[in-house]
Amino acid sequence: MRDQGKAAAVASDLPIPVAHQFDDARQQHEAAAMGMWIFLATEILFFGGLFTGYAVYRAVEPQGFHEASRHLDLLLGTLNTGLLLTSSLTMALAVHSAENGLRRPTIGWLLTTSMLGLGFLAIKGYEYAHKVHEHLWPGPHFVAPPDASRGFEQFFVLYVSMTGLHAIHMAAGLLVMWVMVIILWRSRHVARHSNFVEMFGLYWHFVDIVWIFLFPLLYLIDRS
Amino acid sequence: MSVVSPAPPLRLKESYLSVSFTIRSWLLSTDHKRIGILYLLSITALFLFGGAAAVAMRVELMTPQADVVRAEVYNRMFTVHGVIMVWFFLIPSIPAVLGNFLIPLMIGARDLAFPKLNLASWYVFMAGAAFTLWAIVRGGVDTGWTFYTPYSSTYSNSYVMLTATGIFITGFSSIFTGLNFIVTIHTMRAPGLQWFRLPLFVWSLYATSLILVLATPVLAISLGLIALERLFGFGIYDPNKGGDPLLFQHLFWFYSHPAVYIMILPGMGVVSETIACFSRKAVFGYKVVAMSSLAIAVLGFLVWGHHMFVSGQSTYAGLVFSLLSFLVAIPSAIKTFNWTATLYKGQITFATPMLYALGFIGLFTIGGLTGLVLASLAVDVHVHDTYFVVAHFHYIMVGGMVMAYLGGIHFWWPKMTGRMYPEGWARFSAILVFVGFNLTFFPQFLLGYLGMPRRYHTYPAEFQVLNVMSTAGASILGVGYLFPLTYLLWSLRYGPRAESNPWNATGLEWQTPSPPPTYNFKETPVVTEGPYHYETGE
Ligand SMILES: [Cu+2]
Repeated sequence: MRDQGKAAAVASDLPIPVAHQFDDARQQHEAAAMGMWIFLATEILFFGGLFTGYAVYRAVEPQGFHEASRHLDLLLGTLNTGLLLTSSLTMALAVHSAENGLRRPTIGWLLTTSMLGLGFLAIKGYEYAHKVHEHLWPGPHFVAPPDASRGFEQFFVLYVSMTGLHAIHMAAGLLVMWVMVIILWRSRHVARHSNFVEMFGLYWHFVDIVWIFLFPLLYLIDRS
Repeated sequence: MSVVSPAPPLRLKESYLSVSFTIRSWLLSTDHKRIGILYLLSITALFLFGGAAAVAMRVELMTPQADVVRAEVYNRMFTVHGVIMVWFFLIPSIPAVLGNFLIPLMIGARDLAFPKLNLASWYVFMAGAAFTLWAIVRGGVDTGWTFYTPYSSTYSNSYVMLTATGIFITGFSSIFTGLNFIVTIHTMRAPGLQWFRLPLFVWSLYATSLILVLATPVLAISLGLIALERLFGFGIYDPNKGGDPLLFQHLFWFYSHPAVYIMILPGMGVVSETIACFSRKAVFGYKVVAMSSLAIAVLGFLVWGHHMFVSGQSTYAGLVFSLLSFLVAIPSAIKTFNWTATLYKGQITFATPMLYALGFIGLFTIGGLTGLVLASLAVDVHVHDTYFVVAHFHYIMVGGMVMAYLGGIHFWWPKMTGRMYPEGWARFSAILVFVGFNLTFFPQFLLGYLGMPRRYHTYPAEFQVLNVMSTAGASILGVGYLFPLTYLLWSLRYGPRAESNPWNATGLEWQTPSPPPTYNFKETPVVTEGPYHYETGE
């Protein structure tokens, strides 16, 4: 189905420019997709260090993690999960539109995606500000409740590091998305950029999936 | 072997070297061959810098007492030596220079899959090097190249963050290079070039690239967490804040053990090519040698705990890591035996690249077998953190990788520059390097076994004889490195012009002129047979 869309786009539009090192557009697309998947593999390992740290400290101090997790705002976390999942849907629609050479819908869906992403970051920023205010931001100003178990601060160290690294990836994604919107706005032939939109879509879904892991690990400890 | 001709051949005009002579055309080139040359120049300069630190250390160690530097300065010198040599010479050496230059040629492609990313990797590399050099100029780092916490966190009094930033940045150049190689080898092979027709050099760099992309991010995050702890007071590695310093060792070695294979696998690729060419025989057990590269890459990810036998890791974890470390020796041994079997009944010529390759086999064997000594739980307690480890590591890295790198540079020098190097001088210095190397590092095995710890600038008087031998060897080794630097530069102007295939070697890179034109081949070659169709000596 995706390939049909691409074929239609190639037929209806100008031919996709092929860089000198490639033989044809198919090879170029194959290389781009593979490159993106490998990049995402490096990202998994990058986050992997933090997930390892989380696994170790939670296994050693389950009680501290349990208590600290109660200080996160479940409602805001859930809301953010909803925003991000919706943004993955709109991103997929943007990719679909680009492959079919539909310029305005592509731009529209990308802008919708970026709004949802911005909303996520705004809520995350509010949560962070709240933690600073409550002295639950790790570092010199951290004040644990008097009856807190060991591992209480470690939870917040990991909460801030993991969600922070995730937020940096979101912010970088938003920047690329806006550049892409400008490029599409100026260009007449969306299909020429459909590779770009598709590869970026993979990245966006990846960032989404990272959150799918972060949300239960941080917000939902022993909530069943 | 080659024709000396005063008049430039007709083809030269089209070569990648002569399309343009401006500095701009080099700094903005996306040609994989030019980028390989940029890397060659950069890492040679960095190698000389890292080597100077080693010379200073060997001078200090000539006598038991401190006479040249204080302890603090000595700490900085071995750190500089390790950081520069590991991240700014060994890791980029064969991949970024020879791999960049040769992979597209060997697979019959016009360039790598992502030429701009390739150029970006060089700029990122240079930015990382600049950060690190800046840190060194400002006062250096004293943690050792391993950045162990709490030396690098709670108790650090040197420019750790600046150096770590440099290494973090350089990591991206590794990732870019590895990613580019994997995609290129997968998607851009010439028609008919099936996986099992790929030269073993390409196989070894494919395995190396897997490690580059999968291990480097873990180094990035472990250094990033040091930054969080130091800059914002997050308790990650500091036990006073609830952290655990062992977490750093786990994360660091999860990168750094595989990184050792980044630093040796490409060398094995070079040796496979040269052994085949100068024995005039196909590599014995080609498929097994190819697969052993992948096996090394995979197993290499599972052995990091052998660096932590005395760090308070559980004995059972130690047992498993010890066993796995023994397993990883199997694919390495397969390669060694297969190279030896390739030599058997071959028509051997002792050209310079072959001398380096033969040196590699011997020294790598010693380095590998002493690795097994270190992987044994009980013995490791005795020799841990002694010169035995230093000697083992240098037998692999210098005796192995640097020898292979020099052999590769000589082997492909005619292809890269279009000039022949002076064979007599080259053979002489290859022997000098071999002798100097052994004299430098063999005494260190003995020193370590006798109990001399690494990373000290003074030592008991009874160790002096062996230390003086080591320093004498280091000076021979240094001279052995300066010779190629001189005659290779000399050959650029005065060396005889090289034919397209001076060694009569198989492989696509020899079927195009020396130096190759910008897009490598006039027509995309079609491959119909395996990589080593040499006449057999029987
Ligand atoms: Cu190791």
